[in-house]
Amino acid sequence: MPPALSDRDRALLAGDHGPAAAMAMRVIVRMAEVLEAASFIDIVQAHIDSTVYVGEANLEFAERLAQGGGRVAVPTTLNVSGLDEHGWRAWSVPADWAEKARRQMVAYERMGCRPTWTCAPYQTEFAPHFGEQIAWGESNAVVFANSVIGARTERYPDLLDICAALTGRVPGFGLHLAENRRGQVVLRLADVPRDLQRQDSFYPVFGYLLGKVAGDRVPVIDGLEAAPGEDQLKALGAAAASSGNVGLFHIVGVTPEAPTLAAAVADANVDTVVVRPADLRAARAELTTAVGDGLDMVVLGSPHFSLAEFHRLAPLLEGRRHDRVRLLVTTSRAVAHLARQAGLLERLESFGGQVTVDTCILTSPMLPPEVRRLMTNSAKYAYYAPGLLGSQVVFGSLEDCVESARAGRVVRDDSLWQG
Amino acid sequence: MAGAAAGRALVSDEPLSFWGGYDHHSGEIIDRRHPLAGQNAAGRVLVLPYARGSSTTSAVLLEALRAGTAPAAILTTGTEPFFALAAIVADEMYGLSLPVVIVPLGAAADLRSGTSLRIERDGTIAIEDDSSSRGR
Repeated sequence: MPPALSDRDRALLAGDHGPAAAMAMRVIVRMAEVLEAASFIDIVQAHIDSTVYVGEANLEFAERLAQGGGRVAVPTTLNVSGLDEHGWRAWSVPADWAEKARRQMVAYERMGCRPTWTCAPYQTEFAPHFGEQIAWGESNAVVFANSVIGARTERYPDLLDICAALTGRVPGFGLHLAENRRGQVVLRLADVPRDLQRQDSFYPVFGYLLGKVAGDRVPVIDGLEAAPGEDQLKALGAAAASSGNVGLFHIVGVTPEAPTLAAAVADANVDTVVVRPADLRAARAELTTAVGDGLDMVVLGSPHFSLAEFHRLAPLLEGRRHDRVRLLVTTSRAVAHLARQAGLLERLESFGGQVTVDTCILTSPMLPPEVRRLMTNSAKYAYYAPGLLGSQVVFGSLEDCVESARAGRVVRDDSLWQG
Repeated sequence: MAGAAAGRALVSDEPLSFWGGYDHHSGEIIDRRHPLAGQNAAGRVLVLPYARGSSTTSAVLLEALRAGTAPAAILTTGTEPFFALAAIVADEMYGLSLPVVIVPLGAAADLRSGTSLRIERDGTIAIEDDSSSRGR
């Protein structure tokens, strides 16, 4: 039995708002039955991950909704697509593939979604607020919205996100509900030097370990002495949402639902896992699959590079990259525009670097086949590139990445990681 | 998600992201960090605790269903919205059925890859005697 339907829900199902809204509401109702949800709830915003071009079925789904008069009922942002819409010809994207990916972009734009084309919607003017009920796809966006902002979303599967946006309704389940948001496992940092905790590269490494340890439990981080910045929390969440099913984490004294350890956990008897420097070293090592120091490309920006990250990168870009190694930054069109105005893209370009917007190396078949060995400061890129691209990957800090691009081979400073 | 299906089990206690983990052109499991890497799951009864990570898992599973490279059924140890959603949309779009059934943790642990399983419309799962299996 589905939960009780409102008059508007019944009108949606009856087709009063068109065939697309009717199909979307049917999907919502069937999901509510599967999830045994007790009620439907209203959302104030959606973020659509279904924009990623995967194949014909997903394009057919998007076009059927758009042709069926689908129109989003709440403000809705769009995740990365399969294509840098205006820049794809500079890369190895097949033209027929580009045409389909572009049709999928157009379908979602026709439904009234905002063309943000970014996997970091929380770093746009459309970021949600504490306590708001939202329906977000894209695992890294979900974990940031829940954990750092304190908005409430479940981890929306592709295709369900647009159904939520078209109806403004979702099953009341999972992380929408206060009772499911308390911590179920504590990770306690022990003997992790403060200098390491202040490093940007600590966060993706710890996030990767966090996801592996937490699995599908809500983790609480205790014992963090540094005050992490927004981009560090972004890297932590993106890594944890890749290696595990983490849709929400708490950091005691840092994130909004964890003023104290007692407030953050479901009950006082939850498991505690102690994390020591040796665990972090092992996690860091697992993020690298390549052997040797050969390198074809350095890639930054998963999740999409922020303006603050461009500001961090610019002073490192002394000189010029080695002829053998390309440097690519993936970001949103809005941030690229701001970085251009600030003179930061000129710095990147004079170093020999490039920018791609709207998409990333994992969602667009943009890399030429000779690019086999990647280096990145992103645990998400490091996690997915071997499976999705068949590449070998090296994980390093932002400084390591730039230094390697300049040297033409992998160079890493391991001093802070040594025991 | 109800439906009837049969196939040989393919079992792991490691969760899997279909995005970066499942090739919908072939049905092969391509996450090199996963114990089932290199196995083909098309037409098999895939037994996993849950789907890991990416939101795109449901999109990849929908593609596999349309292409005929999906598992015959998926058994999980808890409610798994990512698999259920793909099954619902495949039904809405193409009238295709993918049973997604919850099995108790202990029962999942007892299942072995290669065992022939039959899933009935009411969600009951029968282990077919190897001698009576039809060599699938």
